[in-house]
Amino acid sequence: MTSSDSGKAGTVDTLSGGPRRRARRRGGAAPLPLLVPALIGLAFLVLPLVALLIRAPWHSMPDLLTSTEVWQALRLSLVCATAATAVSLVIGVPLAWLLARVEFPGRGLVRALVTLPLVLPPVVGGVALLMALGRNGVVGKWLDSWFGVTLPFTTTGVVIAEAFVAMPFLVISVEGTLRAADPRYEEAATTLGASRFTAFRRVTLPLIAPGIAAGAVLAWARALGEFGATITFAGNFPGRTQTMPLAVYLALQNDPEAAIALSLVLLAVSIAVLAGLRDRWMTAS
Amino acid sequence: MTDIEKPSRYDVDAPSADGLDARLVVQRGSFRLDVALTAAPGDVVALLGPNGAGKTTALRALAGLVPLTDGHLRLDGAELDRTPPESRPVGVVFQDYLLFPHLTALDNVAFGPRCHGAGKAAARAQAAVWLERMGLAAHASAKPRRLSGGQAQRVALARALATHPRLLLLDEPLAALDARTRLDVRAQLRHHLADFEAVAVLVTHDPLDAMVLADHLVVIEEGRVVQRGTPTDIARHPRTDYIAHLVGLNLYRGEAEGHTVHVDGGSTVTTSEDLTGPVFVAFPPSAVTLHRDRPTGSSARNFWRCEVSGLETHGDQIRVALGGELPLAADLTTVAAAELDLHAGAEVWATVKATQTHAYPA
Amino acid sequence: MMQVTGAGAAALLALTACSSSDDDSSAGSDSAGSASGKLSGEVTVFAAASLKESFETLGKQFEKAHPGTKVTFSFGGSDALAASITGGAPADVFASASPKTMKIVTDAGDNAGEPATFVRNQLEIATLPGNPDKVASLKDLTDSDLKVVLCDKTVPCGAAAEKALTASKLKLTPVSYEEDVKSALNKVVLKEADAAVVYKTDVKAAGDKVEGVEFPESADAINDYPITLLKESKNTDTAKAFIALVRSAEGQKVLTSAGFLKP
Repeated sequence: MTSSDSGKAGTVDTLSGGPRRRARRRGGAAPLPLLVPALIGLAFLVLPLVALLIRAPWHSMPDLLTSTEVWQALRLSLVCATAATAVSLVIGVPLAWLLARVEFPGRGLVRALVTLPLVLPPVVGGVALLMALGRNGVVGKWLDSWFGVTLPFTTTGVVIAEAFVAMPFLVISVEGTLRAADPRYEEAATTLGASRFTAFRRVTLPLIAPGIAAGAVLAWARALGEFGATITFAGNFPGRTQTMPLAVYLALQNDPEAAIALSLVLLAVSIAVLAGLRDRWMTAS
Repeated sequence: MTDIEKPSRYDVDAPSADGLDARLVVQRGSFRLDVALTAAPGDVVALLGPNGAGKTTALRALAGLVPLTDGHLRLDGAELDRTPPESRPVGVVFQDYLLFPHLTALDNVAFGPRCHGAGKAAARAQAAVWLERMGLAAHASAKPRRLSGGQAQRVALARALATHPRLLLLDEPLAALDARTRLDVRAQLRHHLADFEAVAVLVTHDPLDAMVLADHLVVIEEGRVVQRGTPTDIARHPRTDYIAHLVGLNLYRGEAEGHTVHVDGGSTVTTSEDLTGPVFVAFPPSAVTLHRDRPTGSSARNFWRCEVSGLETHGDQIRVALGGELPLAADLTTVAAAELDLHAGAEVWATVKATQTHAYPA
Repeated sequence: MMQVTGAGAAALLALTACSSSDDDSSAGSDSAGSASGKLSGEVTVFAAASLKESFETLGKQFEKAHPGTKVTFSFGGSDALAASITGGAPADVFASASPKTMKIVTDAGDNAGEPATFVRNQLEIATLPGNPDKVASLKDLTDSDLKVVLCDKTVPCGAAAEKALTASKLKLTPVSYEEDVKSALNKVVLKEADAAVVYKTDVKAAGDKVEGVEFPESADAINDYPITLLKESKNTDTAKAFIALVRSAEGQKVLTSAGFLKP
């Protein structure tokens, strides 16, 4: 609650601060069969990013970074990824709860369906969204004729495409946390007079907050980098649906240097945001 | 135990008895729980039985966390069979307490009042009173992980009582505590239960807890009630080998003065513990030795003149119920019983070594 | 959907094409063949997405005419293909949809010999079947009620459309700048957009799913398709023979029937 409280909590809480601190102290004892592949793994992930930095056209960076198109795309990316994460939270957390806590026939199948967007090529996801929510889509047809709402080629369309691709990350993360959390806390709450919803809101939700936060970060990061579903479902129009990944891809067509520069901007912003959020959560837990 | 004719549920002329009147039937796969329970306000009932007997299922059924397959559940005359747990006037102290880890002790206790419509400030004020009563005022702002086992237990009790339940359920209330804390907490819990004006049902596999805390014992084996009665009744006249083995305990209340306990009724028991004030003193029937004549030169410090009031065979053991200076139960082998020529009305001397008795603060 | 499965289908076609070429060795004429002995081996052709249908037909013809050869295609946006060639992708032939993208390859010195224009492609407006919005000219597309998609300016069809629009002093705000011509066309196929400015060949390939509307301004933005042998080619004879087939009368017949113009 207060800063001193959270400081102490870090030493007590074995789930967050504790083991990490201990691991660091014993760093030298890491066995080679683990250490070597671990370092290879790290290099594998970091090397391409380092290469991007080495080959970055630093001299032309100032020009690129002052271009309004870049800022427009960056702003749109951040707004849409955040909105998509919010959408995922509002409908994804209850879905995760349903999967983790309610026994119903075909639950395994539903769980598989939820994770499907993870394996679906995003472009296919975009086509699927067009067929469902497009102007001529199964549902979109009615949205158009009843409410005059068409989603493709709009910023809302970007948010939908990103949420479609990113939400499974959140659902899986939250469901895992829910399964690990003791359901008897909810029971304890109901014996104290809490409805199931109140029990969820006042007991379960705070208990699984770290899992939700982790899932939200994953979803946000996934949404920020989303390309295939977005360009297929929402198209590409600067300021409206052209997010950074789209701008990067199109820049790659005739100006690879610009593409690298744009990618670095996207990377820098996401690192700043993710690192900032992580620190906050770590001290708050 | 015997299925007494109960008035029909819809019988308007039936007296709307206060307290608990339940028959809990829960079918789960091949396991069937079928337990009838009645208790008047102020009663403390202990469900005693081995692991897997269905005690906890019975408790969960009372709380509404497990639906009844059959039977009924009436509390102070109100039908609760179909009432969801949040609408039952029932408080539960869970085995490992299940204090909400993200809330302070105060907010844990305030949770119930909040759910029952109290404002935040009012709920906290009520909670503060409960914590005060439990002697935990100093720990109001502590998170559960910083409370000791005994403190957590009292917070859990305060949390359950703060909703003013008409039925208080305690699941193995002392099982999570170490032996030392257990003594204190058991004594405190006894006080709080004595103050509680409605029905309390506790589940335990520990006969001592059951006998110290409860007025009535209901012994369950494999989903069925095998015996019910007062702790003394059951200890004297166990109906099954399991009960004989489990509940075989001579338990007395008294005042301690050093190593001597003056038991209610006039006798004294010498113990190895050094205590003062109100205590319980207990020893198992197997610790009792019987003699035809007044023992001389025996190392036992405790001997009483008794009269055999009953004999019951359990396997190769015989449990002897004794009256006289100190009513007690003794376990003998059949051979020893034959040698002593035991029969109802026979006069014997009973001895117990001080080292085999245990005294606990009451 | 067609767009998405296209690559897989192409790979499948290429596979079946090569397996069938073995058991049918005697058939086929050798009209485009070279005089210098028997051709063999595999050629990899990087070709603009708009060439897909025509080149697959030509590939099969080639394999039939020269048993023992195998033509493998990689279709994609010309820019992406050019980027992978300069990045070292192993290819024998590059057929691009614009001189500009070909220039990327020649500037890098990855070509062997001068690129030659083998066909030209003209823009056309693709509308919904039956042309319900009565689109008759490029100007009609500037109607703000119409949802029009263009190719992004970075890809040839987008550059060409922009050229046509500038030449006719029209200002057109599309709902989207698509990343390639096929996805622009697909937006009309899926009825998400009312019209798209694409190539004549794409309209033709889409059959009755869209309706083509020719517009005079397209004459200002005709795209030349250059083809060249690549420096990295390991099988130059066979590769040259394939280029010869593309440029032969027989090859031109296949290409013009797909809607391409002769150079």
